[in-house]
Amino acid sequence: MRKLNILTIGLSMMAGVVMSGSAAMAAGAGGTITERDWSFNGPFGHFDKASLQRGFQVYREVCAGCHGLDYIAFRNLSDLGYNEAEIKAIAAEYDVVDGPNEEGEMFTRAGIPADRFPNPYPNENAARAGNGGAYPPDLSLMVKARPNGANYLYSLMVGYKDAPEGTEVPDGMHYNDAYSGHMIAMPQPIYGDDITLAGDGDTSIEALSADVTTFLAWASEPEMESRKRTGIAAMLFLLVMCFVSYGSMRYVWSDVKK
Amino acid sequence: MQTQNFKNPVVRWIDHRLPVFSFMHHELHEYPTPKNLNYLWNLGSLAGLALVTMIVTGIILAMHYTPHVDHAFESVERIMRDVNHGWLIRYIHMNGASFFFIVVFIHIFRGLYYGSYKAPRELLWILGVLILLLMMATAFMGYVLPWGQMSFWGATVITNLFSAIPFVGESIVVWLWGGFSVDNPTLSRFFALHYLMPFVITAVVILHIIALHRFGSNNPLGIDVNGKQDTIPFHPYYTSKDLFGAVVFLTIFASAVFFYPNFLGHPDNYIPANPLQTPAHIVPEWYFLPFYAILRAIPDKLGGVLFMFGAIAVLFILPWLDRSPVRSGRFRPIFKVFFWLLLADCVLLGWLGAKPAEGIYVVLSRLATAWYFFHFLIVLPVLSLVEKTRPLPQSISTSVLGGGALAGAASATKEKPDA
Repeated sequence: MRKLNILTIGLSMMAGVVMSGSAAMAAGAGGTITERDWSFNGPFGHFDKASLQRGFQVYREVCAGCHGLDYIAFRNLSDLGYNEAEIKAIAAEYDVVDGPNEEGEMFTRAGIPADRFPNPYPNENAARAGNGGAYPPDLSLMVKARPNGANYLYSLMVGYKDAPEGTEVPDGMHYNDAYSGHMIAMPQPIYGDDITLAGDGDTSIEALSADVTTFLAWASEPEMESRKRTGIAAMLFLLVMCFVSYGSMRYVWSDVKK
Repeated sequence: MQTQNFKNPVVRWIDHRLPVFSFMHHELHEYPTPKNLNYLWNLGSLAGLALVTMIVTGIILAMHYTPHVDHAFESVERIMRDVNHGWLIRYIHMNGASFFFIVVFIHIFRGLYYGSYKAPRELLWILGVLILLLMMATAFMGYVLPWGQMSFWGATVITNLFSAIPFVGESIVVWLWGGFSVDNPTLSRFFALHYLMPFVITAVVILHIIALHRFGSNNPLGIDVNGKQDTIPFHPYYTSKDLFGAVVFLTIFASAVFFYPNFLGHPDNYIPANPLQTPAHIVPEWYFLPFYAILRAIPDKLGGVLFMFGAIAVLFILPWLDRSPVRSGRFRPIFKVFFWLLLADCVLLGWLGAKPAEGIYVVLSRLATAWYFFHFLIVLPVLSLVEKTRPLPQSISTSVLGGGALAGAASATKEKPDA
């Protein structure tokens, strides 16, 4: 078989350069980003269940005051390691508006596992009115919706600083190292020791920020673990098939005079 | 076409009345193919594989997708989260578009290098360029469907290009939108057309293959097949080689789908479309970036649109721009250099398309755009006249047997129609 010629290599490099160009474009949000070694990075990545549960607690006790989680249902919490009874109990802590009933009235009932997380505000205008005009975005896709999502979110959480000398911070804005333009409407959400974790968990700002980032990474890509597991199996199968199909090709071609 | 004598009586009965089996035997089995094709000739079958993959996954996605501005984004998220293996189907479709373009771009540059567009394959080439155009339209409309920020703003930017047409431009844009901005009517029609176009592509692909089978594949030497000693039957030789190529392709494709599914996408498209908030940089998908760079390189809107479409238009007339009788770049020392320059130029344009239109990027975009057209409109016609080509081998089999020894002294072959 003829070895890969220079044209083949050149054309694949062309594809590579163009693709990495578009990836490079995705980086560079303008702020200072800390790169962390997340458990969910890489082809063998997985979510740390204890961290997910802690992060979920941070979401409930800190973020959920303003931010929705529209695409996550209580039943999805089984991914975090909760059993059915625990999920029912968590769902029941929420009030969900349902209806109309037979009288045509809307009513409030306790949540069930099939419900999605209720939004903290009835609509965008209410959210803006409650936050000085800024709209707290939904968090269910946040890690996928930002370049370098997990590192960015973590850096944002720990990035609140006093503004440098001479920088004017407008009313209702806050200085953040990671945020593009550095002026962010969201007040610092986590200071450390904000919440009490079961079993004396680490409640430093770094630990809580990492936990909530892990939780949001899961919320963005709940399929990630099974995707990567399936991927490993698919790659093993395809690599074996590469050898098999290469061998059969060589066998078929053995009678062609080169 | 002569009919075959099939052993199976049912097959024979059918084939006597409807010679589909003879047809398949003729076109897929005994179809004589040059014996010296290299791996770059795998890309055609890979493009077919990509097309089928896109159609199959696309039909499944259409079963779960809702083409309405209020529901489109959420329906895609439902596919990702609640439909069984919906994430797999969608990631295959999403990355499949990129890989389809990678394959087709390599396929096109293979044709450029080996002169596959030259007589008697001009129509084959033109049909291929038509497929590229249709693919671009399909991909553009498909990218709008998830109704994220880039979907919406990409659609706004690209549809607005038509407003550059003198006199009727504004009316055409309103007609395209079905309203006064990109909105629900736009999304619905894009969905309808996105579903239709792949079947139009399939039809043109069939014509492309019919045209291909008229004279058979070109080959790395670019010389005509002289007889049976130069060819081997398509099956099992090229079926086995195409299968190997397909598995290698799928391995690379799968690594993107399973491990880096969003690498080629833009994070902004995971933000629901918001007509009141423009993203900081509106960038098209990577496969449009070279064309986008050309569009922005021209300071005039209409001019930009004309040059962008002109970049495709020159490909349509390429067989008449390059009149050199020698097909393969292997025997064209100067052409070869310019080929690589063109490739580098296209990569540069792609890189520039992702950069903001300011400062040095604008200057580079203009130079790269100028070079692109210079290559096709000046370099190729002039080279056809002045280039001294290297001597061609007498036949594929002597070259294959003699390990590339160049027999014969004639420096250029005459164009002899094959049939």
